[in-house]
Amino acid sequence: MDRYTLNKNLAQMLKGGVIMDVTNVEQALIAEEAGAVAVMALERVPADIRKQGGVARMSDPLMIKEIKKAVSIPVMAKVRIGHFVEAQILQAIGIDYIDESEVLTPADEMFHIDKKSFDIPFVCGARNLGEALRRIGEGAAMIRTKGEAGTGNVVEAVRHMRSIMSEMRQVQLLPAEERMTFAKEIGAPVDLLEYIAEHKKLPVVNFAAGGIATPADAALMMQLGCDGIFVGSGIFKSGDPAQRARAIVKATTHYNDPNIIMEVSEGLGEAMVGIEMDKLEDQYAKRGW
Amino acid sequence: MLNGAGKVLKIGVLALQGSVIEHIQCLEKIDGIKVVEVKKAEQLLEIDGLILPGGESTTIGKLLREYDMLEPLQHLIKAGLPVWGTCAGMILLAKDIVDQNEVYLDVLDVSVRRNAYGTQLDSFQSSAVVEKVAEHDISLTFIRAPYIEKCGLGVDVLLVLNGNIVAVEQDNILATSFHPELSNDLSFHKYFINKIKFSQEKTYTGSHSG
Repeated sequence: MDRYTLNKNLAQMLKGGVIMDVTNVEQALIAEEAGAVAVMALERVPADIRKQGGVARMSDPLMIKEIKKAVSIPVMAKVRIGHFVEAQILQAIGIDYIDESEVLTPADEMFHIDKKSFDIPFVCGARNLGEALRRIGEGAAMIRTKGEAGTGNVVEAVRHMRSIMSEMRQVQLLPAEERMTFAKEIGAPVDLLEYIAEHKKLPVVNFAAGGIATPADAALMMQLGCDGIFVGSGIFKSGDPAQRARAIVKATTHYNDPNIIMEVSEGLGEAMVGIEMDKLEDQYAKRGW
Repeated sequence: MLNGAGKVLKIGVLALQGSVIEHIQCLEKIDGIKVVEVKKAEQLLEIDGLILPGGESTTIGKLLREYDMLEPLQHLIKAGLPVWGTCAGMILLAKDIVDQNEVYLDVLDVSVRRNAYGTQLDSFQSSAVVEKVAEHDISLTFIRAPYIEKCGLGVDVLLVLNGNIVAVEQDNILATSFHPELSNDLSFHKYFINKIKFSQEKTYTGSHSG
């Protein structure tokens, strides 16, 4: 069995879990204690990147190593789109997953990383099926919606998930002779399109990310068909991160049980302040090609 | 309550996190099975056997505690509930975890090492004949897998691969380092189901049988 299949299998083990952005060891420990299935180590959460501006890059390897040492759950870290040297560094660290992320400032405006040339699994963002299948075609072992990171507004994640699901349904209804043209139209490798037609699912797991701030947001994305949840700024930009983290984990497990989601949503304190899409200066989701 | 020929067996899959759907899809290919996604303590009372799937053992262990399922499950296993842990599930069952103070269900008399082969780069695929389970070669997928370093007298070793213990059985407990749910081979699932049937025909009067 090839490395890529093993990496896809690894991502399957994260399903039903919540992956949390953390910026230091203390936050990583809070996330692990709350039941996170993995942490994303980065210097600034998306909300701060948005506020402070400037070029956002891969985090200091030292900080990533410290977090890796502090927790026993897997650790992910982000590289800029197309920045394969940042990815080489993360592979040298021995990181568990690399997120080639639109949240950081892209390093290449034409091309993504050739993820097949790495042994470490990659996760990538997507807004629609074509984008998801292009990333999988490049070797991503896991997909997430892009959503709109750092906004605390789930609307874009919903849009992206609905697009992916709707296009998947379309693919399953297409007669075989229409598949190539459909693949051309959405910019997807036709063999992956055929995989979906045959198996009625994506060849990799698909998590929700970008703007998830409440337990209800997490359950919403799960009910829409996501395999798990990324929470970026939503936890450590809220009033009581530990409690909110636990609540989001519980809502993700019990996403079909309104009583439990109600219970965990009570008295959670302040959620992060959200931003409406038309007030945004920079839409990160538009980064990626 | 004996399991007559026509009775449908209720098999639970612990559905807090991990390779839940993979196990369910395997079970659905076998006749006479009703699958229950177990997320709450009270559901443990409805099932004839439970699978602890692959996933993150730290996370699943914490959630078992957080959702008040750890103790009830421990009691049921001690009372004879058939249980099978794959990968993370093996760690949850163990009485000892190497280099870690915390244990979870504390029922399987083994000393297990987490991520025993190293990082994801050391994940691998292999195959072997597990005599007690099936006559043919079974495909085995190891993902950041644990293995057993030592086991107690009451533990039956089912498979040693490259010098490491990777499948064991102790009374009503079955544990595998690898993930049969990731292959198309149903041998281990069938073996576990037969184990449940056998235990019901024998003397099993677990607290859920009433």
